[in-house]
Amino acid sequence: MSRDITNVLFVGIGGQGIIRASDMLTEAAFRLGFDVKKSELHGMSQRGGSVSSDVRFGKKVLSPMVPVGMTDYLVAVSEDQIEVARPYLNDATVIVRPSDLSADDAKSRMANIAMLGVLNRYLKFPADLWETLIRENFAGPVGEANVLAFRRGANLA
Amino acid sequence: MRLLLTGNEAIARGAWEGGVTAAFGYPGTPSTEILENLVKYDGVYCEWSPNEKVALEAAAGASIAGARCIVTMKLVGLNVAADPLMTLSYVGVRGGLVVVVADDPGQHSSQTEQDTRHYARLAKVPILDPADAVDARAFMLEAFELSEKYGCPVILRTTTCVGHSRALVECGEPRPKNVTEFKKEPSRFVPLPLWGRKLRVKVEERMDAQSADASSHASLNHVIPGAAADLGIITCGITALYCRELMPEAPVLKLGWPWPFPDSMIREFAASVKRVVVIEEGDPILEEHVRSLGIACSGKSDVVPRCGELTPDRIFEIRERLRGTNNELPKPFPQADGLPMRPPVFCPGCPHRALFYALTKFDVIVTGDIGCYSLAVFPPLERTDVLICMGGGFTLAHGLDKAGEKKKVVGVLGDSTFFHSGITGLLDVVYNKGTSTLIVVDNSSTAMTGHQDHPGTGRTISGEPAPAASIEAIARACGMKRVTVCDPFDQEKLHKVLAEEIAADEPSLIISKAPCPLQIRRRLGTVRAIDAAKCRNCKACLKCGCPAIVVTADGKPAIDPQLCSGCRLCESVCKFGAIAPVAVPGQEG
Repeated sequence: MSRDITNVLFVGIGGQGIIRASDMLTEAAFRLGFDVKKSELHGMSQRGGSVSSDVRFGKKVLSPMVPVGMTDYLVAVSEDQIEVARPYLNDATVIVRPSDLSADDAKSRMANIAMLGVLNRYLKFPADLWETLIRENFAGPVGEANVLAFRRGANLA
Repeated sequence: MRLLLTGNEAIARGAWEGGVTAAFGYPGTPSTEILENLVKYDGVYCEWSPNEKVALEAAAGASIAGARCIVTMKLVGLNVAADPLMTLSYVGVRGGLVVVVADDPGQHSSQTEQDTRHYARLAKVPILDPADAVDARAFMLEAFELSEKYGCPVILRTTTCVGHSRALVECGEPRPKNVTEFKKEPSRFVPLPLWGRKLRVKVEERMDAQSADASSHASLNHVIPGAAADLGIITCGITALYCRELMPEAPVLKLGWPWPFPDSMIREFAASVKRVVVIEEGDPILEEHVRSLGIACSGKSDVVPRCGELTPDRIFEIRERLRGTNNELPKPFPQADGLPMRPPVFCPGCPHRALFYALTKFDVIVTGDIGCYSLAVFPPLERTDVLICMGGGFTLAHGLDKAGEKKKVVGVLGDSTFFHSGITGLLDVVYNKGTSTLIVVDNSSTAMTGHQDHPGTGRTISGEPAPAASIEAIARACGMKRVTVCDPFDQEKLHKVLAEEIAADEPSLIISKAPCPLQIRRRLGTVRAIDAAKCRNCKACLKCGCPAIVVTADGKPAIDPQLCSGCRLCESVCKFGAIAPVAVPGQEG
């Protein structure tokens, strides 16, 4: 398997914005010229169940799903879903978790976006690309609040 | 133009590029987003039909007029639409007609794991099996062409992972729509036995031609070369991508058009490798056929699991087994050992919780149906006892009743389900003098699949106003005498109505009416809080199963003001008056 591919796994609970955050990373990778694939698993209802989403980007991506043990970054918007994802991690997997955020950010509805900020400390995509994407996803004051949450996560605030 | 599309978005795009005139469907995970995306393109007629049978019949009419059209549904939807599909195969089509069916290997959100390829064989129509969003768009265009070339419907089968995964898709511009003009041709369009027998023969001839065509149709069926010829993989759908990633050295025969079987291509591929393995999701359809050609192969008979989704993990395990390094058959449903499951639950403010909570107070049998309210089977409510299929909530109850079951039977279904296939069940109960208590949990939405409209909502898929069918009026027109509409959050009244209707010796209908809080996107009332001084810690409120009620470190229940919808169910449940509205800054209802 090629290490030219970066594997990011998002996990959390329905309603936490797992799909939104993974869609935004997918779009960011696309705009940076990577080949990118994404898959998502959401259960039969919208709220409360386990949700996960895989994002893979690089030169050429075949499968949209991250194979066992191949996750480079785990973004766990809910702490209790880390164990569920364990088979997909390895010793070098970077885990982005709610405790990486301030207590306020961790329990806010913008935790998903703040965690994209934390993730970007490692991915180092251009911050203005993220901020454009956030404003495209959330209109008006909500968008600005999310930009600030992203900056706090990315240590740019 | 390259776009980042999900499989479902790519199917919509492909349909639009293919000059689709009309699209029909019924929501069902994982197919729902196809029509939701197609309706965004200008000039395409889209509709949510009451059910899949209606959708396919309407599409058949559109196609016979000459228009290109698609029908979308989930796997079990094709069970409902099977009747028109079988005959349409004989009668044939004029404008390209593509039946898009989304299978759900692994049963992420489905009651069965049925393999739609069986239906293609039964109906004797071609089926295409895309691997990702790139294929999904391209195969939709191919499906229209094949449908018009052979004059028969074509099934485009996707799976959960294809429909819900994204890829970069090279897109084109739309071709002109077909001109629609009906041409009278009864010997073709009216399959009375006299003509039907002739059509039957033509169907067989058509399949022979398609089998030969599939063997040389390189854009759909082709070999992906590999460095080593000792193992060749025959596969279809997304499995092809997993196999290429995990076994890059093995040549792959990727069948995007797996049925009618491309026999000469299969023979040629098998002759080019030392050993053949068939790796397919669903049933061993290709595998058994390969064997019937006299070709020895591995597959579900030895190395591939019989049920469940073939994820990359499963392909990894299959690889190990093929190499002889692992002697255990892969487990079909992977779960981390010892971890509690996290199933979905009713949302805070969900009216279904209130209805089923009230039903916990009655010693009755509850037959349920397909919708968010299926979740009532889980603890702490556990108030659904039997569930089979769409529309089955009423009819199951009727059968239990007529079998002489001593307990009263309550049949529950949702509003969209009522219009889908519940009306005939209600008719059955009334006409044949049943005594079941029927309940429609009416949240004015097809909520589980994401709030699609239906004949009762007063809106079409395009958001245009439409006549809103009245469940109450339909029930009365069917002859139902006892019809009550009730707000489920008024527990006192609901309890009284339930007690009266369950005691009645004739059938009755209760319409439990309140909106889905996720759809109206606001709190139902003021946030509630538990007064610790009054709380006796009896935990009765926890029996509501509301995610907003948590147990704190001191073992007592508390309400999370961020999650609370202010529905007041817990307040009506508390015997000690410990739960009351509380002012939270910025969070008033």
